[in-house]
Amino acid sequence: MALLEAIELNKSFDHVVAARNINVSIEENEVIGVIGANGAGKTTFVNMVTGYLKPTSGRIMFQGRDITHQAPRKITHLGICRSFQVPQLFFTASVFDNLLIALGVAEGTLPSLLRPLRRPDLEARADEMLERYTIAQYRDQEVGLLPQGVRKLLDIAMAVVHKPSVLLLDEPTSGVSVDEKFGIMDIVMDALKQAGVTVLFVEHDMEIINRYAKRVLAFYDGTIIADGPPDDVLRDAKVREYVIGEGPAHGTGTGAEKEGGHA
Amino acid sequence: MGRKDQTNLRLTIALLVCGLAVFILPDWAIFMGTLALAKGVVVIGLLVLWRTGLVSFGQALYFGLGGYTVGLLGLRVGMSDAVLLTLLSFLLSAAVAMTLGLIISRYREIFFAMLTMAFSMILYGVLVKTEALGSTDGFNVLLPTYLGYAPEGEAQRVALYLWSLLVAYLASLGVHRYLRSALGNLTSAIRDNEIRVEYLGVSVQRAIYFKYVIAGALTGAGGAITAMAVGHVDPEMTYWTTSGEFVFVTILSGTGHVVAPFVGSIIFELVRTYAFEYAPYAWQLVLGSVLLLLIMFLPNGLWSLVTRMRKKG
Repeated sequence: MALLEAIELNKSFDHVVAARNINVSIEENEVIGVIGANGAGKTTFVNMVTGYLKPTSGRIMFQGRDITHQAPRKITHLGICRSFQVPQLFFTASVFDNLLIALGVAEGTLPSLLRPLRRPDLEARADEMLERYTIAQYRDQEVGLLPQGVRKLLDIAMAVVHKPSVLLLDEPTSGVSVDEKFGIMDIVMDALKQAGVTVLFVEHDMEIINRYAKRVLAFYDGTIIADGPPDDVLRDAKVREYVIGEGPAHGTGTGAEKEGGHA
Repeated sequence: MGRKDQTNLRLTIALLVCGLAVFILPDWAIFMGTLALAKGVVVIGLLVLWRTGLVSFGQALYFGLGGYTVGLLGLRVGMSDAVLLTLLSFLLSAAVAMTLGLIISRYREIFFAMLTMAFSMILYGVLVKTEALGSTDGFNVLLPTYLGYAPEGEAQRVALYLWSLLVAYLASLGVHRYLRSALGNLTSAIRDNEIRVEYLGVSVQRAIYFKYVIAGALTGAGGAITAMAVGHVDPEMTYWTTSGEFVFVTILSGTGHVVAPFVGSIIFELVRTYAFEYAPYAWQLVLGSVLLLLIMFLPNGLWSLVTRMRKKG
């Protein structure tokens, strides 16, 4: 049984088709890179899997269970978490408090929610995570004042407090300088590998894809046009033409990905 | 690392100091103090909502509910025990907030504010049209007793002041404890980013619902004490201007600490009392001017002065 499966997934916004007939099966411990031009359907796919968008038709199965119409918080508790292209953080709080809140609410039960947030065990875990994601030096800084790379790392750290089985990273290196991007990916991938998390990350940078992905899904016009090992997918003629842009007809996508906020 | 939180200790000291103050305070100040404490209990509930980025223009609904619970239980069944009446008002208001909260917690911003106001105006309309409840005149409530003790004269005012002080103390402790919890810390988190809160596995709607019920229940208790202090209830308690007054005091106080609503309420009552004394035909003008100056120079309320002093210190 696949860990996560999308079956005949479709999504339309009025007359704009954002995802069409997506079929994909993901196994445990895979590291999957998702590529495609802007508007190709990558983020729409992530948004559907994590409950932000409801598919027009089709099913999403997780550990054999249908999660198609579950709310994001339910999906989070089941073990699918995500980070965002634009980091979703509590901007008026410090880095430490962001993580502390994430850890404090992770259990989700009312008794756990009513326990004091500032307690030694939770604070120690927050500090440990700050160390693991190498952002301990920003501990007491307000998030609104942080560089983008640190925000990205914090966003990912907050996404993994639930100890997910699957983590979807939406463009983890976008807005990050060329010098920082490999450093960030090394930190993230190392931490996720240690935790045994299955990773699916959306990425535009083919160097990142080549270095970290073991399998690649290439999206074009709302559907998957290639699925396989990076070398095979990146050599695929359609991928080279529509995704990488080396052929005569560049893939410009549908533009529909903007629905959901993070194309 | 943050300093050790000493709020509970400080609240206990404040309780003792304010309690002992009855020996030196004049009669009028004790009465005014009771009203200010009752209003503080209401505003501490608003603080919880305010921190979440929600403004309720309908707290008068629960204020009136608390007041009329005291009045009606006295009128119909002769109940006069302040402890029991405050508790029942608190519980009844919580029950109503649990019902209305199912709808209200779905809304944000101006829609939340207007919907809360709409519900309070419905109760106002019902009370105004109900002859059996005294219509626009309302009716008098019984003098409160305290677990069998029935004070008279000046002792009556002192007893109610001490009771309101105890309620204010318990409300502050409770809200402070709540704000320190994981759920309480979601107040500003929800204001900052609802999407992240949902993806942390928490229902924003349920969190807001919980906060709305807390605010409603506390407002009911504040309304009960006010009714006992004034000795009368009327539909004005549920009118939108009463809600506006609570919002006024919240802005005046600031939301930085659980003590702020009580400081703000006392100052509000003082300003209003003196404005009424020296400018009986223009006291609203004085209050309006105070609010204007406050928004211009202290947009985060009076408590921001304390925060500034602490930062400098």
